[in-house]
Amino acid sequence: MTSSTSTSNKTISKSIWDFFCSLKLTMFTFITLAVLSIIGTVIPQGTPPPEYLQTISPAKLAFYQSLGFFNMYHSWWFILLLSLLSINLIACSIKRLPHIWKTITQPVMVMSDSLEKTLSNCTTIITLGDAATLKDRVANVLKAEFADPVITENDGAFHLFAQKSPWSRLAVYAVHLSVLVIFIGAIIGSLFGYKGFVNIIEGQTISNVMSRSDKEIDLGFALRCEQFSVAHYSTGAPKEFKSIITVLENGRPVPNYTNVRVIVNDPLTYKGITFYQSSYGNAGEYFFTASDLSGKDGVTFQVDRNSSVTLPDGSSMHIIEETDDVSKFVPNLTGPAVQVEIHDPRGGSEKVIVYANHPELNIQHAKEHNGGLVLQYKGANKKMYTGLQVAKDPGVWIVWVGCILMMVGIYAAFFMSHRRIWVRVNNGTVTIGGNASKNQGGFQLFMEQLLTKIKKQLPMEDNK
Amino acid sequence: MTSSLLFNITTLLYLASMLAFFAFIANRAKAFGTAGSVIAFGGLLLQTIAIGLRWKESYILGAGHAPLANLYESVVFFSWTIVLIYGLLDLKYRYRVIGAFVMPFALLGMAWAQLGLNSGIEPLVPALQSNWLIYHVITCFLGYAAFAVACGISIMYLIRERHERSTPANDQSIVAIFPTSRVLDDLNYKSIMIGFPLLTLGIITGAVWANYAWGTYWSWDPKETWSLIVWFIYAAFLHARITRGWAGRRAAWLSIIGFAATIFCYLGVNLLLSGLHSYGG
Ligand code: HEM
Repeated sequence: MTSSTSTSNKTISKSIWDFFCSLKLTMFTFITLAVLSIIGTVIPQGTPPPEYLQTISPAKLAFYQSLGFFNMYHSWWFILLLSLLSINLIACSIKRLPHIWKTITQPVMVMSDSLEKTLSNCTTIITLGDAATLKDRVANVLKAEFADPVITENDGAFHLFAQKSPWSRLAVYAVHLSVLVIFIGAIIGSLFGYKGFVNIIEGQTISNVMSRSDKEIDLGFALRCEQFSVAHYSTGAPKEFKSIITVLENGRPVPNYTNVRVIVNDPLTYKGITFYQSSYGNAGEYFFTASDLSGKDGVTFQVDRNSSVTLPDGSSMHIIEETDDVSKFVPNLTGPAVQVEIHDPRGGSEKVIVYANHPELNIQHAKEHNGGLVLQYKGANKKMYTGLQVAKDPGVWIVWVGCILMMVGIYAAFFMSHRRIWVRVNNGTVTIGGNASKNQGGFQLFMEQLLTKIKKQLPMEDNK
Repeated sequence: MTSSLLFNITTLLYLASMLAFFAFIANRAKAFGTAGSVIAFGGLLLQTIAIGLRWKESYILGAGHAPLANLYESVVFFSWTIVLIYGLLDLKYRYRVIGAFVMPFALLGMAWAQLGLNSGIEPLVPALQSNWLIYHVITCFLGYAAFAVACGISIMYLIRERHERSTPANDQSIVAIFPTSRVLDDLNYKSIMIGFPLLTLGIITGAVWANYAWGTYWSWDPKETWSLIVWFIYAAFLHARITRGWAGRRAAWLSIIGFAATIFCYLGVNLLLSGLHSYGG
C-alpha cells in the first residue's frame, strides 16, 4: 500500500514536472502574453484621463479596476504569466541541459552500428591498404579541411572523431538565461530604484525630488538651475531645450559638475541618479501697485507666474499673458503690459490688460468698472523653470548584461552549428558520416566535397 | 527635387518587377522570372541613390539628418529594406517566384509614400536628435522587412501545401513552379532567423535610447508593447518548429499573424493609438 501511494505520488509529481517542461506550455504562454498585452495598449495605463473615464460606463470601470486593467503590466495575472514563462524556462533547461552538457564534454568518439544508422550521409569507400596507413591519410585530410581528429583503436579498426563548435549547443541556453537575467535586473530596479521629477526655477536650488508615487525623496546633494533657454528653428518649431545645472555638495559647487548643459537626449548623471530634460515653463515674478482712484492707499504686491494673489478688495488675480511691447497688439500704445484675470468674491471674472506706461488707461478702466481699485504694472523679474525627470535604477546594468547575452546567444544559436564527423577505418574500407545541429544543407555540401578530397588521398583500384 | 523623381521611377520599377513575376507564374517562361529580379535590383540601386540624395538635400536645406525622421521617410526606407532582404534571398537561393509574393509589399509602400504622404524634409524635433535614432530605426526596419519576406513565403507555403495534399504531382498547375512546401518551410524559418535577431536588436537599441533620453528603458508605451507582442509571436514561431503538432501550417500562420502584428506595430499604433513614438503626426 505504501508503495502504491508512493508510485502515484511519483506520477503526480512527474506529471507536474512534465507540465512545466512542456513546450506546449511555452507556446501557450507566448501566445497568451501576446494577446493579453494588447489590452494595455488600448486602455490607458496609470491614471486614466477624466475624458476617457466619461466614455465608459461605471460597471465597465469597476470591472476594469477589479482586473487591474489600468495598471495591467503590473497586475497579478500578468506577473503570474511572466513567472510561468520563467518556471517553464528553468524547468526545460534543467531537463535538457545535462544531456547537452554530456554531448559537449563526453562526445561519442566511436562510430557504432547504431550511430551509423542515424547518420543519413554515411558513405563507405572501398579502397586498398591496411587500416593503419589509411587512418593517417584520412586524419590528415580531416585536420586540413575540418578539425584535428581524435583516434581510437577498437577491435582492429580505427575510429576517427572530429568536431567543430560544440559550445554552440549552449547558445540556446544562453538566450534562455538572458531572459531571466533581464527579469532580475528589472526586479532590482523596481525594488531599489525610483522615478521622479523636479521643477527648478532659474537661480533656485533643490535637494528633494518628487517620486512617481508622490513621495519626497532626498537626493543627498543639491542641484541649482543656473539658466534655462529654448531655441527655435526658423519655422518656429522647437530646436533645443537647454538647462544649465550645477551640482552642489554642502552648498559648494562640485568640480566638473558646474554649469553642465542638460538637453533632451543628453542627461546629467551624478552619484547614480540621472536628470533628464523633460519640460519647462515660465516662473516669472510680476510687480504691481494697487490704489484707490485718488491714488492714495497704494500697496505694492507681487504675483508669480503660476499662482494667484488676493487683492485689497478681496478678489483674486493671476497672470495670463505678458509682453514687453504692447504696440504689437495695440498700435499707438507703448511699453510693457500684462493681461490678468480677476475673480471677484461674488463669482464673476474678467480679463484686464494692465499697462506699465499708461496709468491713465489703468485709471479709466477702474472708473468704468466702478470697483475703484486702480492696478498699475511695475515690470517683471523674468525667470523660467526647468522640468527634469529623475531616475535611479541600480538594476539597469544587469538588464544590459542580459541584453548582450541575449544577442550573442541568438547569434550563436542561429548561425553557429555543432558539426561532427566520424570515420571508421578497417583494412580496405573507410566509412564516413557526420551530422550538424544547424544548416544541414550546407553541411551536406561540405561532406560531399570532403569525401572527394579523401578519395583522392586513398589508394584506389583505378589510381594504380 | 531630384530624389523625388528617382523615387517615382523606383515605384514604377517595382511595379514592373511585380508584373514580370506575375507573368512568370502565369506562363513559366524563365525570362520573366529573370526580368523580375533584374528590375527589382535596378529599383533597389536607384532607391539607394535616391535615399542618399535626399540625405544630401536635407543638409542643403539646413535640416541635415538621415532620412528616417517622419512617416514618409520611414515607409520609403521600409520598402528599400524589403527589396534588400528579398534580393539577398534571391542571390543565395534563386527561387525567383518568391518575388511575386514579396514585391507587392515593396510596391505598396512606395506607392503609398509617393501618392499619399507628405514628402517634405523637416528639421528634427529635439526628441529625435540622437544617433540612436539611426541604429534603432535601421535594425527595426531590417527586421520588419525580413518578416515581410517570411509572410510572403508563408502565404506561398499555405497555397503549395494545400495543393500538395489535394492534387499529388500535377505539373500543369501554376502552383507547380513554387518550391516544395518543405523548401518554403525552410525559407520561412531562414527569413525569421534573419528577422528575429534584428527585431531583438531593434528593441534593445530602443530601450538603450529610451534609457539614455528619458531614464527608463521600458515604459510600456503602446509602441514598445506592440514590438514585444511581435517578439512573442516570433518567439512562438521559433519554438513551434520544435513542438509536436505546431510545425508546418500552424507555424506558417504564426508567421503571417506575426507580420500583421508587425504592420500594426509600425502603422496602427501611430495612426490608431497614442504614445511617445509620434511618427504618424
Ligand atoms: C522569452 C523567452 C524565450 C526566448 C527568447 C527563447 C528563444 C529561443 C531561441 C532563439 C531558440 C532557438 C530556436 C531555433 O534554433 O530555432 C530556442 C530554443 C528552445 N527553447 Fe526557447 N526561448 C524562450 C523561452 C523558452 C521557454 C519558456 C522554454 C520552455 C520550455 C523554451 C524552450 C526551448 C527549447 C526546448 C528549445 C530548443 C533547444 C534545442 O534545440 O535543443 N524556450 N529558444
